Amino acid sequence: MTTEAPTGEAAPQASSIGSEQPPSGDAPGQQRGKAAFVKLLRRLSEANVFVVTVLAIFSALVLGAILILVTTPAVLHSWGRIGSRPGAAFSTSWRTIAAAYSAMFEGSLFAPSAISHAVSTGHGWTTALTPISETLVSATPLILAGTGVAIGFSTGVFNIGAQGQLIAGALGALFVGFEVHAPIGVHLPLVILGGAAGGAIAGFIPGVLKARTGAHEVITTIMLNYVFLDLLTYLLTTAPFQQPGQANAISRTMPSTAILPHLFGSTLRVNVGLLVALAVSLGAAWFTRRSTAGFSFRVIGLNPSAGRTAGMDVRRITILVLTLSGALAGLAGMATLSGTDFFLSTGYGGNIGFDAITVALLGRNRPLGVLLGSLLFAALITGGRYMQAYTGVDLDLTTVIQAIIVFFVATPALVREVFRLRDQGEGPTRILTKGWGG
Amino acid sequence: MKLELCGIRKTFGRLVANDDVDLTVEKGEIHCLLGENGAGKSTLMNVLFGLLRPDSGEIRLDGEPVRFANPGEAVRRGIGMVHQHFMLVPVFTVAENIVLGFEPTRALGWFNRKKANADIVRLSQEFGLDVSPDAIVEDLPVGVQQRVEILKALYRDARLLILDEPTSVLTPQETLALFAVMRSLATSGRSILFITHKLKEVLAVADRITVMRLGRVVGTTTPETADEKELASMMVGRSVELVVQKAPASPRATVLELRGLVVEDDRGLRVVDGVDLDVHAGEIVAIAGVQGNGQTELAEAIAGLRPIAAGTVRLDGRDLSSASPRDAIRAGIAHVPEDRQTDGLVLALSVADNLVLDIYDLAPFARHGSRDLATVKSNAGEKLADFDIRASDAEVPVATLSGGNQQKVILARELSRPIKLLLASQPTRGLDVGSIEYVHERIVAERDKGVAVLIISSELDEVLALGDRIAVMYRGRFTGFCDPSTGREQIGLMMAGVLDESAALAAGAAEGADPASSVTLSRGSVHP
Repeated sequence: MTTEAPTGEAAPQASSIGSEQPPSGDAPGQQRGKAAFVKLLRRLSEANVFVVTVLAIFSALVLGAILILVTTPAVLHSWGRIGSRPGAAFSTSWRTIAAAYSAMFEGSLFAPSAISHAVSTGHGWTTALTPISETLVSATPLILAGTGVAIGFSTGVFNIGAQGQLIAGALGALFVGFEVHAPIGVHLPLVILGGAAGGAIAGFIPGVLKARTGAHEVITTIMLNYVFLDLLTYLLTTAPFQQPGQANAISRTMPSTAILPHLFGSTLRVNVGLLVALAVSLGAAWFTRRSTAGFSFRVIGLNPSAGRTAGMDVRRITILVLTLSGALAGLAGMATLSGTDFFLSTGYGGNIGFDAITVALLGRNRPLGVLLGSLLFAALITGGRYMQAYTGVDLDLTTVIQAIIVFFVATPALVREVFRLRDQGEGPTRILTKGWGG
Repeated sequence: MKLELCGIRKTFGRLVANDDVDLTVEKGEIHCLLGENGAGKSTLMNVLFGLLRPDSGEIRLDGEPVRFANPGEAVRRGIGMVHQHFMLVPVFTVAENIVLGFEPTRALGWFNRKKANADIVRLSQEFGLDVSPDAIVEDLPVGVQQRVEILKALYRDARLLILDEPTSVLTPQETLALFAVMRSLATSGRSILFITHKLKEVLAVADRITVMRLGRVVGTTTPETADEKELASMMVGRSVELVVQKAPASPRATVLELRGLVVEDDRGLRVVDGVDLDVHAGEIVAIAGVQGNGQTELAEAIAGLRPIAAGTVRLDGRDLSSASPRDAIRAGIAHVPEDRQTDGLVLALSVADNLVLDIYDLAPFARHGSRDLATVKSNAGEKLADFDIRASDAEVPVATLSGGNQQKVILARELSRPIKLLLASQPTRGLDVGSIEYVHERIVAERDKGVAVLIISSELDEVLALGDRIAVMYRGRFTGFCDPSTGREQIGLMMAGVLDESAALAAGAAEGADPASSVTLSRGSVHP
C-alpha cells in the first residue's frame, strides 16, 4: 500500500512529526494527558453513534406524523378548507398526531392517568402496569434471537435463519415439555435447554455446510427457514406433537411444570423468560468483550485471513457461531412457547426471526445495543396495536416507523447530512453490512 | 508539457500533508519525486490529478494556471497517471483496455475495433512499447500490463505522465526496459514525473530529483551531484546505514528441511514443483524471484496455511507436512506474512490486541477462557518501547499506524515467543528507509540468536543485503543457489528463468557463453 489514501497518509505523518520533537515534549504528564484526550475523542465518537440513533428515531417519528396526516380523512378535509378556516386545519392536524402518539406511548409504557389513579387509590396497579409488561413480553424473544443474530453478524456470519431456528427451538422445548415428567425445578431448566438444543441443531446444519462445502449461509439459512416452517406444519398433524383428539394442526399444550412463571402476579404476563433474556444479553456482552472465544469470533469477523494466519480455525469458529446463534434463536422460541403461548400452531413465531435481524442492525451488533433496540421495537409494536384500537391509525404505520428508524440507523451519513452533524470518524468496525454476498 | 506546482498546501484537520510545495517539471524531463511513505508524495499527486483540492497554491501547465475538479479534467489537459496497482479490466483485450472510455466508433456507436487496433499498433511502435492489441490482459506478465497502462495514458494524449512506484512489480531486466521507454517518451517531448523510494533507480534514470519529507520539499538535486547515501539522508532527515551490518553466519544444525515439496495454488496448478531446501540455525536463506513464481505458496505451505500436495516439511526433525497454522505456530515458526494488512493484522483492532493475535488464548493473556486485558495492555506497553513502535496509545486501531510501524507490530508479536524459524515474506515491502533499516537489524539479530531465518523477497537489494545464502526461484523451482557475492546481473537472469545454476557455471567456465546468454536474455524479456 504505497499509494496512501489521504487519511492513510495522515497517521504516519502525525507519528513522525511527533518523533521530531525534542525529548522534553514527551514528558510523562503530557503523554498521559494525550492518552486521556484520545480516549475522550473515542468516547465522543461512540456518543456520536448514540446521537445518530436518537436522531434516527426522531426523524422516523416526524415522518410517521406526516404519514398520519396524509392518511387521515378528517385532516385532509380540514386542509381542503384551509382558505375559510385556517386555524382548524392546524388544530385538527395537531390533535390527530397528539392522539396517535400519546396512544402509542400509553399502549407501550403506561398511561399517566392510570398511574396516578393507582398511586392515589392503591388499586389498579395491574391495569397501570399492563402496557409495560406487554412491551417486556414482546421484547423477550427479540432480545434472545437478536443477540444470536448480532453475534453472527459481528463474526461475519449472516444468519438469516433465526425464524427457522426459533421454530426448531420451540419444537425442542415442546418435546421436552411433554415427554419429560418432573417437578418444575428440574423440568423447566430442561425445557430451556431443549429450546436451546433445538435451535443449536438448526444452526449447526448451515454451519457445517458452510465450513465443509463453502455453501453460503445466507442462502442455506433462508432455505432452512422454509424447511422448519413446513416441518412444524407436518409435525403438528403427527403424533406425538399433535394435540390428541384434535383434527386441527395444533400442538399439545405445555404442562404446568414446563411453563415460565410470571414475575409479578398472575395477570401481568411478564415472566422468567425476560430474566433469561437479560442473562443472555449480559453473558453475550461479557463473551464478546472478555472471553477468548469471543475475541477469536471478532477477529474472524473483521479479517478471517489474519485470523487463519494467527492459527485460528475459521471452519470450527464458523460452525460454533452458527450453532450459538441458532441456540439463542431457539431460546426465543422456547420463551414465547413457555412464556405466553403454551402450544404451537402453523406459522408459529410470526415475524420475530426477521425482526431479530433488524434489531441486531439497530443495536449495531452489540449485545446491549440489541437489548435497547429490542425494547424500542417491542414498544412500537405494543403501542402500535393500542394506537390502532383507540385512534384508528393503522398498525402498518408502526411498521413504517420501524423501517424508517432502521433505514436511518443503517445510513448514518444521511442522518449527519440532514442534521448537519460533523463526521467524528467512525472506525472501520462500524461497517454493518461487511461480507454480504461474500 | 511544463508543469509548475507553486506553494501547494493541503491539510487534513490538524495535519499538514503538503506544506508550501513547489515543484517544476520541464518539458521533456524525467523528474523523480523521492520520499518516504507519508512524506506527502501521494497527496501531492492526488492534488495534481484532481482527486483532492489544495487549500492554497497554484498548478500551472505551460505557464497557464489550471484547476481540476476531477481526474477527468486532468486527463483532458494531458496528464496521465500510471498507478502502482494497475487499473485494467483483466478479461478485456489490450486494445479494449487502452481505448476504454474513449472508444473509436462507427455509425450508430458501434465499436470500431479495427481502428482501435491500428491506433495502438502505431502508438506502440512509436515508443517501442511492444504489445499485441488482441492479447487478453490477464494472460500477460506484469511488465507488459504496465506497458498497457502507459499506452492507455498515451492514447489519451498524455503529455505529462505520472508513474507511481512503477518498478515495484518488475524484474531488474523489465525495469531497464521501462527506463528505455521513459527515455524515449522524454525525447519525444513528454514530461515524466517518476515517484519512487528506490535510490538506485532514481540515480539511473532521473534528469532531476526532488526529495520530500514531512510534507515539505527538502531539496532538488541531480544524479550528477548526489549519491545514494546523500539522498537517503535527505529523505529520512538523518544519516542512514544503507548496508546491513552483519557478521559472517555461523550455521549450526538443520532446522527447516523441505524435501520434494509440491504445492498447488487455488486453481490446482503446481506452483511449487518439487523443492528441496535446508535452512540451518543461525543463517539467513533468502529466496529471490519475481512475484508469482511460487514463493507466496511456498511460504504458505511452510506456515501450514496451504496443504502440501507432495513432499515433506520438517522442523527440527518433526514432520509438519500436514500441520495446521496453529500447529506451525506452536512448533516455533514465526511468520511475517507477505500481505501484512490482509494476513498479518486485524486493522480495526487495537495495537494491543494485534500484539497477541496468535497467543491471545495462552497464559498470561488468558485464563480459563477469559482474557486478561490488563496483561494484554501492559504487554503492549513493553512492546511499543522494545520495538520502537510509534503509536499514540496501545488502544488505537492498528490501521492508524504507518506501514513501518504496522510491520513492527507484526515483528514484535512474532519475535516475542520462543521460535526456531523466522519465515518472513517481503518483510520490507512499501516501508520507508528508516523502517527497512530497523527491520533488517532485527532479522539479523534473530539469526545471531540462533534462529533459522528464511526470507522471501522480490527486492534484489534486500536479498543481497540479508542473505547468507541465496536461492533463486522461477516457476516453482529453484533455478540456483548462490552466495551474496554473485553479481546482480546473473541473479537477475536466474530470476527471469533464462539462466539456471548450471548455465551460470557454464557461463563462467566455458567459451562462447556470452552470445548464448544474450540470446536467452532477449527471449526472456519478451516472454518472461
